[in-house]
Amino acid sequence: MIREFTFDEFWFLVLAVRWTILLSAIAFIGGGAAGLVIAILRISPRKPLARMVAGYIRVLQGTPLLIQLYLVYFGASLFHIRSDAWTAAALGLILYASAFLGEIWRGCIQAVPNEQWEAANALGLGYLSQLRFVILPQALRIALPPTVGFLVQLLKGTSLASIIGFTELTRAAQIVNNATFRPFSVYATVVVLYFALCWPLSVLSERLERRLEHVEAPTAALVI
Amino acid sequence: MEYVFQFGIVWRDIDTLLLGAWLTARLSAISMVLGLAVGVALARASRFRTLRAITRGYVEAIRNTPFLVQVLFVYLGLPSLGIRLTPGQAALLAMVVNLGAYATEIVRAGIKAVPAGQIEAGKALGLSPWHILRFVIFLPALRAVFPALGSQFILVMLASSVVSVISAEELTAVADTLVARNFRSFEVYLVVAAFYLAMSLGFQAAFAAIHRALFSRWAMADTR
Repeated sequence: MIREFTFDEFWFLVLAVRWTILLSAIAFIGGGAAGLVIAILRISPRKPLARMVAGYIRVLQGTPLLIQLYLVYFGASLFHIRSDAWTAAALGLILYASAFLGEIWRGCIQAVPNEQWEAANALGLGYLSQLRFVILPQALRIALPPTVGFLVQLLKGTSLASIIGFTELTRAAQIVNNATFRPFSVYATVVVLYFALCWPLSVLSERLERRLEHVEAPTAALVI
Repeated sequence: MEYVFQFGIVWRDIDTLLLGAWLTARLSAISMVLGLAVGVALARASRFRTLRAITRGYVEAIRNTPFLVQVLFVYLGLPSLGIRLTPGQAALLAMVVNLGAYATEIVRAGIKAVPAGQIEAGKALGLSPWHILRFVIFLPALRAVFPALGSQFILVMLASSVVSVISAEELTAVADTLVARNFRSFEVYLVVAAFYLAMSLGFQAAFAAIHRALFSRWAMADTR
């Protein structure tokens, strides 16, 4: 039996937004933690380590997110890890975010003038203290706009989790569409919901960037 | 039970995967050319106020919604308006519409990069409006945006894997059919990931070479 696209169906879509937000939050927090480590390793004076991390970034930035999700989803069971859509989507998006955030933050750390390192060095701080107390606080300011910008990419990226069967907004749309067969209304609603999530962040990112205009901020090398 | 990797099965279908890679490259190239045309037209049209508002709305709507949802909207939603498309046509349309928005931004940034004084200098030299557009605005703008367009092309190529959800023919869709036949999902997608990576790196190198070949003469003129 075909259902109508009523307020209940609309509300089902609105409620599905929480899974999109939750998945984005997990990917952002996990990817952010890993990304910070990656950014620091990437500028490490130990060349082999820095090169390995550069390779990791290159692989994750050079392959489609969808294929990454497939590999995590189908690969997890090979390593005897529980392979459900939740774990695979979260893990896949964390890996993806770690590469992009790592690369963005590396740029921000390197945008801090070299004299700051030298000054910190002259004060007798160790390498990690130089990073922690002198470089990172300054890099943070530059990093804010592109980081918020990437959050938009990540939010949009979570839609791909629907393909491996994780029920977030896009998957909810497929479910409602299969029941009501009102594809235009369903997908128009979903477009509006995604826009409502992403647009404020985009505006925020642009504002933050304008405020920083006198600082040389590296633009995020990602747009889709 | 230990999992035994079987890449031999994938190797047997390597021709099919190579064909898929060619389809992906072709789809991305056609979208790039058409999307860029949209971008140039809209960046030029933005001189008029009403068109500028419409362009702004289009760019923001596309940039703040997931590509997957755009693809589904075009393929499933548009038939409600009487626009029926084959998967291939829907994929191409979605890619052009998506890319057009990003290209508009890139082209606009490029035109902005041409200093007003340079245009005035062109006028002072008595160049016709067409010549000013061609030599004083377009070529320097192209040089300014070439790297951004190159990375955009690679992003589009990676994002195109998403159109496999509506079974448009490209590399990921080809991989999906192989998986349905041999059930070696991990091996197939691993090989496909390597294909995408090779294509990203290959195109990146090609664009860098083209950039050098086209603009190296200019770079010398600049430093003189």
